[in-house]
Amino acid sequence: MMKKVLSVLVAGVMALSIVACGATNDASANTGADANNNTTADGSLTGTLKLGMIGPLTGGAALYGNAVDHGVQIAVEEINALGTGFQIDYQAEDDEHDAEKSVNAYNQLKDWGAQVIAGTVTTTPCIAVSAEAYSDRMFMLTPSASSTDVTANKDNMFQLCFSDPNQGSASAKYIAENNLATDVAIIYNNSDAYSSGIYQTFVDAAAEVGLNIVSTTTFTDDTQNDFSVQLADIQQSGAELVFLPIYYQAASLIFQQADQIGLDVKWFGVDGMDGILSLEGFDTSLAEGVMLLTPFAADATDDLTVNFVTKFEEKFGETPIQFAADGYDCPYAIYRALEYYAANNGGLDVTDMSNEELCEILISVFTDPGFSCDGVTGLAMSWNAAGEVNKAPKAVVIENGVYVGL
Amino acid sequence: MLDYLISGISLGSVYAIIALGYTMVYGIAKMLNFAHGDIIMIGGYAAFCTGYYLHWPVWLAVLFAVVVCTVLGVVIEKLAYKPLRNATSLAVLITAIGVSYFLQNVALLIWTSNPKAFPNMLSFIPYVNIGRIQITGTALGTVVTCIVVMVALTLFTDKTKMGKAMRTVSEDKGAASLMGINVNGTISLTFAIGSGLAAIAGVLLCSAYPTLMPTTGAMPGIKAFTAAVFGGIGSIPGAMIGGILLGVIEIFAKAYISTQLSDAIVFAVLIIVLIVKPTGLLGKKITEKV
Amino acid sequence: MKKLSKDTLMSFVNYGIVILFYIVFQILASTGNLSSTMKGQLIPIVSYVIMALSLNLVVGISGELSLGHAGFMSVGAFTGAVVSTALTDGIPNTVVRLLISIVIAAVMAGIAGILIGIPVLRLRGDYLAIVTLAFGEIIKNVLNCLYVGVDRRGIHFSMNSTGALDLQEGGKVVINGPMGASIMKISSFTCGIVLLLLVLFVIQNLIKSRHGRAIMAIRDNRIAAEACGLNVTKYKLIAFVISAAMAGAAGCLYALNFATVAPKKFDFNTSILVLVFVVLGGIGNMTGSIIAAALLTVLPELLRQFQDYRMLIYAIVLVLVMIATNNEKIRGLIKSIGKKNKQESSGKEAA
Repeated sequence: MMKKVLSVLVAGVMALSIVACGATNDASANTGADANNNTTADGSLTGTLKLGMIGPLTGGAALYGNAVDHGVQIAVEEINALGTGFQIDYQAEDDEHDAEKSVNAYNQLKDWGAQVIAGTVTTTPCIAVSAEAYSDRMFMLTPSASSTDVTANKDNMFQLCFSDPNQGSASAKYIAENNLATDVAIIYNNSDAYSSGIYQTFVDAAAEVGLNIVSTTTFTDDTQNDFSVQLADIQQSGAELVFLPIYYQAASLIFQQADQIGLDVKWFGVDGMDGILSLEGFDTSLAEGVMLLTPFAADATDDLTVNFVTKFEEKFGETPIQFAADGYDCPYAIYRALEYYAANNGGLDVTDMSNEELCEILISVFTDPGFSCDGVTGLAMSWNAAGEVNKAPKAVVIENGVYVGL
Repeated sequence: MLDYLISGISLGSVYAIIALGYTMVYGIAKMLNFAHGDIIMIGGYAAFCTGYYLHWPVWLAVLFAVVVCTVLGVVIEKLAYKPLRNATSLAVLITAIGVSYFLQNVALLIWTSNPKAFPNMLSFIPYVNIGRIQITGTALGTVVTCIVVMVALTLFTDKTKMGKAMRTVSEDKGAASLMGINVNGTISLTFAIGSGLAAIAGVLLCSAYPTLMPTTGAMPGIKAFTAAVFGGIGSIPGAMIGGILLGVIEIFAKAYISTQLSDAIVFAVLIIVLIVKPTGLLGKKITEKV
Repeated sequence: MKKLSKDTLMSFVNYGIVILFYIVFQILASTGNLSSTMKGQLIPIVSYVIMALSLNLVVGISGELSLGHAGFMSVGAFTGAVVSTALTDGIPNTVVRLLISIVIAAVMAGIAGILIGIPVLRLRGDYLAIVTLAFGEIIKNVLNCLYVGVDRRGIHFSMNSTGALDLQEGGKVVINGPMGASIMKISSFTCGIVLLLLVLFVIQNLIKSRHGRAIMAIRDNRIAAEACGLNVTKYKLIAFVISAAMAGAAGCLYALNFATVAPKKFDFNTSILVLVFVVLGGIGNMTGSIIAAALLTVLPELLRQFQDYRMLIYAIVLVLVMIATNNEKIRGLIKSIGKKNKQESSGKEAA
């Protein structure tokens, strides 16, 4: 009996997939279009760009994917409301923080006709997708996948966030230069690519700048509840400062448990720590004195940040975390780059341009030393040929429940 | 050393109270309810919403969570598990997994993926100092609740009429219905109790480790399942002992061997125990009929 | 005699389904009618079908519940990643390299199967299930701490960090702890189908063989089988190890289709996913496993239009299908409808 039910289902799915196949021809039909047809006389940027986003919208990492998605949505709305004749058609696809699903999501976006990808949000899927995008010549700008493996040997792949080495060594140097401590302890997540990536580069840089690592302990996604052992180790080691290259949920547990055992040390985090102050129900006094290097702080008072945070709170009812800010900057970076190209090449109409053409245009602009753009995660961001972003990290400290610049 | 033992016991008692729910349902209904961890998560959210947003007193928030989870447990049982009463245990297992996905995604839609920091609902219990050792109120509250629940459950199944009916159903459903026991009602009651316990477990879990997300229940659920098997699944004191031992082994493995490999060590100990005692620490010896 | 010929017929139906699947998609691909989404999913589908078949050998034929099958897949995946990288310079032909990687991956997973099977197979039922779950978690945890690099001197291992590998200039880190393996994509759909046919051939012939009958006899009544002088552990181990090796091969095929693969991928959820394929397709029913694995791999992609509700709908579909296929009343109902429409449905099957 089972077989019959299934066979009917198979027939149904086959029919569906054939229908799906039929809808795919548009994207490839335009491959041969001549770039010259896409210029406009006055050097302006016009047309509709199909922008795809890939990130975990469900599952354990959904928090990051949704934040990026929300950030991108706001930026797209703003750009579309400018009334310049340039529009962005935006679609987000879920990858559940899984390389296989992420490649599926990428292929879905390709079938939809995506010309540029803002994504993917998390590191492992991003490495898998960027390999596909490289062979398809699809331009990708990841808001938050920070490993160097993401961009290695792929000229089409750019990062909007700091790369792991950048964060790890910048943190080590900052700690040493400002004489914050010499004996340093580290807790990192050894089942997470982001965390262990920063850890490794921090250790290398720490040796160079003369920091003494006295305690190294880890946890995994499966054991991130009890930190008594890690904290006891730090207490015994006599460390003056604890470096936490981890996300803020785990950090909130660490602060709480450190408070219970009365551990008195300095805490130093990286960009994943941002969000701890807007964690619903969290006692922010526990994070008092925590320092972090982050490109974005939601309570900064510059116009760009205030505008973004207000709109975000209005639309989604929550304070944006750094991932949302990275997401917000992605469409803007792409928009500014296209605008830059249009201004210097007698205009550009992006409607129905192939992803290959746009890829070459965007690579040329992003690697152009004359190009830079402002965003909420940094002013005058520019990129090198390796795809890494150049922007200044802000060191902030939490005082009385708010960030204060150092 | 003693410090580690205490944090091990407090972690273990969280596993234990989740394991009690697993073992209860398994013992009576003979099914692995993989959705149990997600009912815990729903319980956590119910308590969070009433306690944090509506500022209800702790006892009322907990009571509300218990009611929500009990109703939820019974509804799930009626809709998803009851139609499969005579199906293979694997079919029920897969259905339970489907229910687990369902609950996680409903939670994702209602409460979004942003984590919530759960307010400590046991903060009214004071610190206890024994010599130089300090025990937090949360740890103490968890351990005491766990013991009370275990004793109450044991008394319930041993002494009351309904408890005896449960044990009969667990032995032989056919014979039980011949004896005039309402088998379906008894199984529903088991789910109600198991899910009510899940709400309490949710509050304790989140009070001790206060990050609440749609996936919060998943991993503790698996660990607690392991604990229940460790102690001998179906046995109420076994779940308690299994849970506490699992917590203590986890902390000791982190402290004295490696924080990186602590999970591998915990599971390795479990395997060794099961090889030596194939039905768990307090499991019933199964005599096979030919 | 009649029973036997029906079995033989069924096994040809299985080969037929696989070959038909291959031909249909080859034609679609060559005429440019295949969407990128489907094209990207072909190799994962084949890998999951092999996983489902291999797990069905343990769950359906040998009658043991395993919740850690993804562990063997991951052993195969990471072995394949290391072998294929190490051979990049030695064997330029990708097909040969892929085949060698798959063979070594299968052997390594088979060895893992022996190591795990010997102590574990004396346990029964849910206890066996939890021990396989535990092994899956142990493999994941260890791989999270494993660093492997390849340079001209050979393969280097470390449990600490990439720095401890001490690689020469030009050396390459293949497995980088939680970041997983970096891989050259060399899997191909054709190789996958050949592997799948081979797996089907092995399983179907094993079932029909003397060993297969012994394994099923033990499943149906262990004590009676033992009394007849069958070596229970030996036969269970045969099924378990063959299954592990196949899972390893599937893992290798899967991993070499992506530029990266992380230990996290092969967790409890993946083991459960494969178990869902097996149960939904019918325990012991190989045709069912093939179809269920293929359908359920495609289903979440077809549901993408529902956006936020996608996984919710997937969960509901899963529960409904389980109830529909396992509830006696509904089954009876479908059966009576099925009889009326027999003509029609057999027509659809042929299509």
